[in-house]
Amino acid sequence: MYEGQALYHPKGWWGRYVFSQDHKVIALQYICVALAIGLTGMFLSLLMRMQLGFPGLFESIDAGNYYQDVTMHGMIMVIYLLTALFLGGFGNYLIPLMLGSRDMAFPFVNMLSFWVYFLSVIILVCSFFVESGPTGAGWTLYPPQSILPGTPGADGAGILLMLGSLAVFIIAFTMGGLNYITTVLQSRAKGMNMMRMPLIIWCLFLATFLGLLAFPALLVGAIMLIFDRVLETSFFMPEIFKGGEVLNYGGGSPVLFQHLFWFFGHPEVYIIALPAFGIISELISCHARKNIFGYNMMVWALIAIAGIAFIVWAHHMYVAGMNPYLGFFFATTTLIIAIPTAIKVYNWVITLWNANIRMTVPMLYCLAFLITFLIGGLTGLFLGNVAVDVPLSDTYFVVGHFHMVMAVSPVLALYGGLYHWYPSVTGRMLDDRLGKIHFWITFVGTYLIYFPMHYIGFLGVPRRYYSNEQYDFIPESVNDLNQFITVCALIVGAAQFILLYNFIVSAVRGKEAGSNPWGACTLEWQTLESPPGHGNWGDKLPVVYRWPYDYGLPGATDDFVPQNIPDEQIT
Amino acid sequence: MAFAIVATIIVIGTVLWNAVTPWWFTPLASNWGAFDQTIIISLWVTGVAFVLVSGFIIYCVIKFPYREGHKSEYEPENTKLELWLTVITTIGVLVLLAPGLIAWNDYVALPDEGIEVEGVGQQWVWSYRFPGEDGVYGNTSGRLFSSKNTFGLDPNDPNSLDDILIRSAEVHLPINENVIMQLRSKDVLHDFYIPQFRAKMDLVPGQHTNLWFEPTLLGTYEVACAEYCGTGHFAMRGLITVDTKEDFQVWLEKQPTFAQTLNEGVEGSGKQIAQTLGCVACHSDNGVNGIGPTWKDSFGSTRELASGEIVLVDETYIKESIVNPTAKIASGYAPIMPAYATLSDEELDAIADYIKTLSN
Repeated sequence: MYEGQALYHPKGWWGRYVFSQDHKVIALQYICVALAIGLTGMFLSLLMRMQLGFPGLFESIDAGNYYQDVTMHGMIMVIYLLTALFLGGFGNYLIPLMLGSRDMAFPFVNMLSFWVYFLSVIILVCSFFVESGPTGAGWTLYPPQSILPGTPGADGAGILLMLGSLAVFIIAFTMGGLNYITTVLQSRAKGMNMMRMPLIIWCLFLATFLGLLAFPALLVGAIMLIFDRVLETSFFMPEIFKGGEVLNYGGGSPVLFQHLFWFFGHPEVYIIALPAFGIISELISCHARKNIFGYNMMVWALIAIAGIAFIVWAHHMYVAGMNPYLGFFFATTTLIIAIPTAIKVYNWVITLWNANIRMTVPMLYCLAFLITFLIGGLTGLFLGNVAVDVPLSDTYFVVGHFHMVMAVSPVLALYGGLYHWYPSVTGRMLDDRLGKIHFWITFVGTYLIYFPMHYIGFLGVPRRYYSNEQYDFIPESVNDLNQFITVCALIVGAAQFILLYNFIVSAVRGKEAGSNPWGACTLEWQTLESPPGHGNWGDKLPVVYRWPYDYGLPGATDDFVPQNIPDEQIT
Repeated sequence: MAFAIVATIIVIGTVLWNAVTPWWFTPLASNWGAFDQTIIISLWVTGVAFVLVSGFIIYCVIKFPYREGHKSEYEPENTKLELWLTVITTIGVLVLLAPGLIAWNDYVALPDEGIEVEGVGQQWVWSYRFPGEDGVYGNTSGRLFSSKNTFGLDPNDPNSLDDILIRSAEVHLPINENVIMQLRSKDVLHDFYIPQFRAKMDLVPGQHTNLWFEPTLLGTYEVACAEYCGTGHFAMRGLITVDTKEDFQVWLEKQPTFAQTLNEGVEGSGKQIAQTLGCVACHSDNGVNGIGPTWKDSFGSTRELASGEIVLVDETYIKESIVNPTAKIASGYAPIMPAYATLSDEELDAIADYIKTLSN
């Protein structure tokens, strides 16, 4: 939209709040739906923990619905919560605002993206209510078991609804994703060249790129699997003897599905991790009142991570029956990706050096993210290193590792981001005291949940076991540890309602935030009205004069200089 | 300050934990000590990195708290420092990668000499096959599986008749000899995993995979399935007994060849059929209810169904429940049993007879 053109504004309540084409409203819609389904996912994890910590206490948890909980928990958290919330929520809200544009490049498609996402969530939820329930195939949905009797939901509609929901989700993601890419490339304010973009925009941009290239692999995998299940094709189905008879399949390869799944699945880890990296980069610089260290290196590290992310997928398959010599290649690429990732961590912590650190709630989340991500990233060096993976693969070490690195870390970044940008959305601050209580329980609690799991993994306890009872090599003490973990999980789970309460109450009663409560340099805090209205910038689009991290700039009056302030106005 | 204190406790606790944790590797019983050593190297390298980086964070938090009116140092780039950090990280990564790749190289290269044994997985039991006197496995095919020929062996292949079949979840192996395993699945993915051996490999239907190890300690070890394979995954337990060479030979000679199993009659073979079809993974013979109700003392008892109806467990009920399991679901159990619709009447009789013998 060029300057001076009359802005189109929606008329009426429906156009403004429901079928809205405003990126900020769409972002909120994404965030609310994702948090709602995320709470469901958390509830399922608590059911799992009850079975593991107190087996037999709830008689209604049998092996079948235990595996259904496991599966739906994983899928909901990875796809419907984190992917949707980071890209649909943060991506939608921040990309146009931080780039100084009025909206996404294609607002109508953007609206459709949300409603199609909403449809995919509805389909997913439906599977809880069909006969024989949702699929219990594990979130990886490996055939043949995912579509054969013997796995919950395989002979009913459960697995089909899961695959269908994924396909619909991917359509939604593609519509959103094309929007984000186009907006970043085409709708930047004057002066906002690529190397002046906030790092979070780089992260969202690259994560979207990953998604657009990776999700198609999952889409074809899902469609082929639906064909195998419904039309009895044999893409992934070899000759199978089951239930006393030879099934009507033959010639397919189960390993092929795993390649398709992980060709999507590994970049997916970075689709979640990169936005988290972005949030941390923004927050740490702003709340430490210090310029981010090594911006150029950070951008190149991100590009390297995004590129290498596509050639590491088979490290999920070292013992899956692929040609074992591929292990040499994938172990090497996997450990190489640790180098740019380490650079990111170094640059965050060096940003703290000689800084002026404000211990705000977002800053606490940043620091907690660094510690948690450090543990999660370093344990990745174990599993990526092919020989070490042999004893540890499919044990609780893996569960501990991936929860630290791609569950707790992103969620800590996510919470930090929510506390940081809440004032931009509502015009009010979240309650600081409640925020700190929520922070401490979440940070310490999740550490106590996942850290011990690594050692149950050293012991060799396999994951996805409904019960350990009959194994002599698993000592009784593992059950005690499991009890402890379950108690921690219940406390952390309950603590999330503090956040929810804070969210709702602060929207009405929170302290007025003013236009730029954190003293941030990025454009989303420099709008004419705050919270920003439709079209974001009133009549005049912002012009960008500097990079987004001029905190502590020598010679300036304040300890920060926003991006839209020209040099002659800094004193 | 609170953060500095809590983070310090976490870092120190994390390090100390490694010294005091009671949850650690099971005692090693195979040649794969190299895996343990690589883990130990990894713990040291990553531990040092963790302490250094966390320590730096804690130091900064203590040293540079917010001071009103103060400005932080402005330093956007320091190429030399970044270069150094990249080099050090690369060295750390190489220190980890090298022993890992060396150990992997040993793991994937099968030895020339050793005992050959095939592990076969199905939901949710293990069975095994030795190649027999000729040392060559007979041909198998997915099309040849039947409740009679549970290994899918080709009876017309001269190599198959002397194959030794272990139709139970327990197998014996000799100590201090290379064991070269070929792995095969009949239905879905499984994973053959012995925690004390540190060895693990998926079983993939439609193809063979390989695994090798050398047992170094006498004893009985558990095989755990480590790839999710359906509702009974956690119950897919096997046993490996490591014998002296002499004991192993004595045991092996007692096991039937394929030719011998072909001549077995159906009558009285209920226990064997229940074993080879995998019934025992869910239905125990010792009174413990598993994924399905136990068979012990079930015959002649009454059973409450999910519908609330009460039925008598008799021959008709048992046979119906095998052929069409979802017709009458026992209360408290998930309706997940696959239908065994192709069993012959004789085979159904044999299983029912066997269940009868478990009741007094």
